[in-house]
Amino acid sequence: MFRKFNWQIWFSFLLAFAGAITYSFVFVDYPVTRDFPWTALGFFALALGFLFAGFGRAFSVGTRLRSKIAASIVGLLALAVMGLFLFAVLIAARWLPESKGAPQVGQTAPDFTLPDVSNKQVSLSELRTTPIKGKSPKGVLLIFYRGYW
Amino acid sequence: MRGIQKNLDRFEAVGIRPVAISVDTLEETRDLCEKAGYTFTFLSDQKNEAIRSYDLVHQGAGEGGKDIARPAEFLIDPSGIVRWVNLTENYWVRARPEQILEAAEKLE
Repeated sequence: MFRKFNWQIWFSFLLAFAGAITYSFVFVDYPVTRDFPWTALGFFALALGFLFAGFGRAFSVGTRLRSKIAASIVGLLALAVMGLFLFAVLIAARWLPESKGAPQVGQTAPDFTLPDVSNKQVSLSELRTTPIKGKSPKGVLLIFYRGYW
Repeated sequence: MRGIQKNLDRFEAVGIRPVAISVDTLEETRDLCEKAGYTFTFLSDQKNEAIRSYDLVHQGAGEGGKDIARPAEFLIDPSGIVRWVNLTENYWVRARPEQILEAAEKLE
C-alpha cells in the first residue's frame, strides 16, 4: 500500500508551504534573507523538482484515475501557494503610494497631537524635547506602520 | 518593530526616542503592545491626521477599503528638522535598526 502512495507530490506541497511560512516568520527578520526571498525560492525549486517527480509517477502507465486526480489537486495547490507567495512578496508589496509630499531631509516635520495607549494626548514637539532617562534627547524616530487592518 | 524593541537600549543610549504610529484604535494598539511586548511609545492616528500631513496615506489598503499608513520612518531632531527618511518601496523591507542607529549617531 505504501509503495503506491505518491509521497513526492505531498512532499512538494509541504516544501512550497514551508518556503512561504519560513520566509514570513523567520527569514524576514534577517537582512540578508529578507530583501529578496532567496530562502523561499530555494524551497520552491525543490518543491518543483518533487512536483515533476510526483506528476511523472501519477501519470505513468497503470496508475489509477483516482490517484491521477488526487495528484493533480495536490500539485495545483502547491503551485498556487508558490504563485500567491511570490505575488504577495514581489508584486503586491510594491503597490505603495509615492508619498511625494512627505517631509524630506532638512525640512520641518509637521507637528501633531495624538493619543498614546493610555489615552494621553502626546505631541511631536513634546516627544522631541522630553528628556530620555534624564538626558536631553537627540531626536525622535517616527515609525509609521500599516496596523492590523 | 521587533527590531526596534530588541535594540531599544541602544536607541535610548544614543538619545533617540522611537514612536510608532498607525490607524489602529487605542485598544488594538494596546493589545499589540501587550502581546508583542513593545514598551516604547505607540500613538493611535485613527483619523489619518498625522499620516495625511506626512503624505503617507495608502488609500483603501486597509480592511474594508480603509485608508491606512504606508510604511515609513523619519528621524527628527529636537528642533523639528527631518534628518533622515526611509520610504520603502516594498512593505516587507523595512529599515534595519543598524541603519537607523547609524543615521542617529551622526546627529550632534
